[in-house]
Amino acid sequence: MSKDSVVVKNLHKSYGKVKVLKGINFQVPKGSILALLGPNGAGKTTTVRILSTLLAADDGSATIEGFDVTAEADKVRNVIGLTGQAAAVDELLTGRENLVMMGRLYRLTKTSANARADELLQQFDLVDAADRSAKTYSGGMRRRLDLAVSLIAVPPVIFLDEPTTGLDPRSRQGMWNIIEGLVASGTTILLTTQYLEEADQLADSIVVIDDGKVIAEGTANELKSKIGKDRLVLSFASTQTFIQATRALGTMVYKSDDKEMTLSILINDTNSDVKRALDILAKAKVKITSMAINKPTLDDVFLSLTGKKKTTTGEEE
Amino acid sequence: MAAQLEFEHKSRATLAVQDSLIMIGRSSRHILRNIDQLLGAFFQPIMFLVLFSAVFGGAISLALPPGVTYLNFLMAGIIVQTVAFGSTTTAIAICNDLKKGIVDRFRSLPMNNMAVLNGHVISDLFRNTISTVVMIVAGLIIGFRPKANVIEWLMIVGILLLFTFSFSWLMAIVGVIAKSVEAVQWLTFIIIFPLTFASTAFVPAEGMPKYLQVFAENQPITIVIEAIRALILGSPLGNYAWLSVMWCFIILIIAVPTSIWLFRRKVMQ
Repeated sequence: MSKDSVVVKNLHKSYGKVKVLKGINFQVPKGSILALLGPNGAGKTTTVRILSTLLAADDGSATIEGFDVTAEADKVRNVIGLTGQAAAVDELLTGRENLVMMGRLYRLTKTSANARADELLQQFDLVDAADRSAKTYSGGMRRRLDLAVSLIAVPPVIFLDEPTTGLDPRSRQGMWNIIEGLVASGTTILLTTQYLEEADQLADSIVVIDDGKVIAEGTANELKSKIGKDRLVLSFASTQTFIQATRALGTMVYKSDDKEMTLSILINDTNSDVKRALDILAKAKVKITSMAINKPTLDDVFLSLTGKKKTTTGEEE
Repeated sequence: MAAQLEFEHKSRATLAVQDSLIMIGRSSRHILRNIDQLLGAFFQPIMFLVLFSAVFGGAISLALPPGVTYLNFLMAGIIVQTVAFGSTTTAIAICNDLKKGIVDRFRSLPMNNMAVLNGHVISDLFRNTISTVVMIVAGLIIGFRPKANVIEWLMIVGILLLFTFSFSWLMAIVGVIAKSVEAVQWLTFIIIFPLTFASTAFVPAEGMPKYLQVFAENQPITIVIEAIRALILGSPLGNYAWLSVMWCFIILIIAVPTSIWLFRRKVMQ
């Protein structure tokens, strides 16, 4: 068996005339975590659906732990766990019943399913809610149960389709801790996200997809180094000074944010570029509230790769 | 990992049966926990029974054979009607599962996928049995006097179970096709309402217009009603029993593969 748990080759998928995937390639090394990063409609969910045997690809192939997703779908299902976008738990069953039922459907013996359910309820902080029906759970609890369900038979590969979309910051942090714990225990994880911060925080490697194609891949640092330059970020106290500064700096502005009232300027040579920007603002008599020199973020990577702004609102597909 | 996990090592067929049993357990829990639906299954048949017998009893008893009370005549019709409407629960449950994404989860597991449909259809048998028993008890209280002996009762139970089973599979098709629970409700209504009313459920067919009479006397719901009615009243059974069984099998032969095929097609999108 190869060192890659997931191998995706040239996946194509169309719905009618709409081409959703136009040749996706990537590998996930065993025990690592790969983030599929892209905006809404990029094809992330479609890719995960194909890899988890829910959907047939039109062309191309994919293997999970060496099993082909089309020809050996049954074997693939034994080695994967899937957590989708909508927390797919049975609302009328209790947390424990959900876990035991899914465990039994994974072919665990009754004893094992029960023991494992107890273990997961502990691990995911759901012991108190274990015997309440899942419809009484909060969003974060439901998402934890959903993830716990996909781990019931300890599959070596886990697909997490936007695991933190719609969660509050605290629940999101909790989910991140859990995911980091999983990787530490040797699980291979394929995660989709539209949050650049999430990919940056969790993933060993990132595959950026847009419009059904892979447009970049590498570690977070590699991607950042692709645009490489540091940025000078200037903040302003009022809309008026912000507009004045925008006019004065003209084409030097790389990115402007009118809500935060900040302007970013790419720096090639730290001394001269910073000095030049500050000179221009001093001459125009525009007061700066604060300034900072930042490393590029994945947002910038995306902007420079696709030439368009990524949208972080709304639901996928 | 605290404990070493043990997996079942059974034949494919045994595991498929086990999957269906697990899903029957799931759907049955749904029935017991969905209190609103359970109350409906309890009170709706009683309401139908009491209202129909009170409202139509006087007028229709004149058209009945001598010695047959309207309540004794009505019982077969109202049981079959209740069971037919009750089978729409299968459609609603399947539609809900498809909408909420839990079917995707099931499909990502190494389970037998048809177990989802099996679970809903078979647990519907339980719910319909509850409705039927409630109705018969309520009937007995207000004057229902069946003449069936033990063997005839077993035949009644057998035909009713087979009918519920086949009708639930028919409704499974609706559950897969419909895009929302609302759609399930009106779709099943426009299928079941004409079938149960243009039948001999509530009145003998003699008084209907000729074209309707021909339909009403030969359609499957009437056949099933007439078989059960004959068994209840102790009147000649004729061909109705085996015709009922035949109709149920015809429905099953069409509905089971169709719903499975539609289900597969829908979830692969």
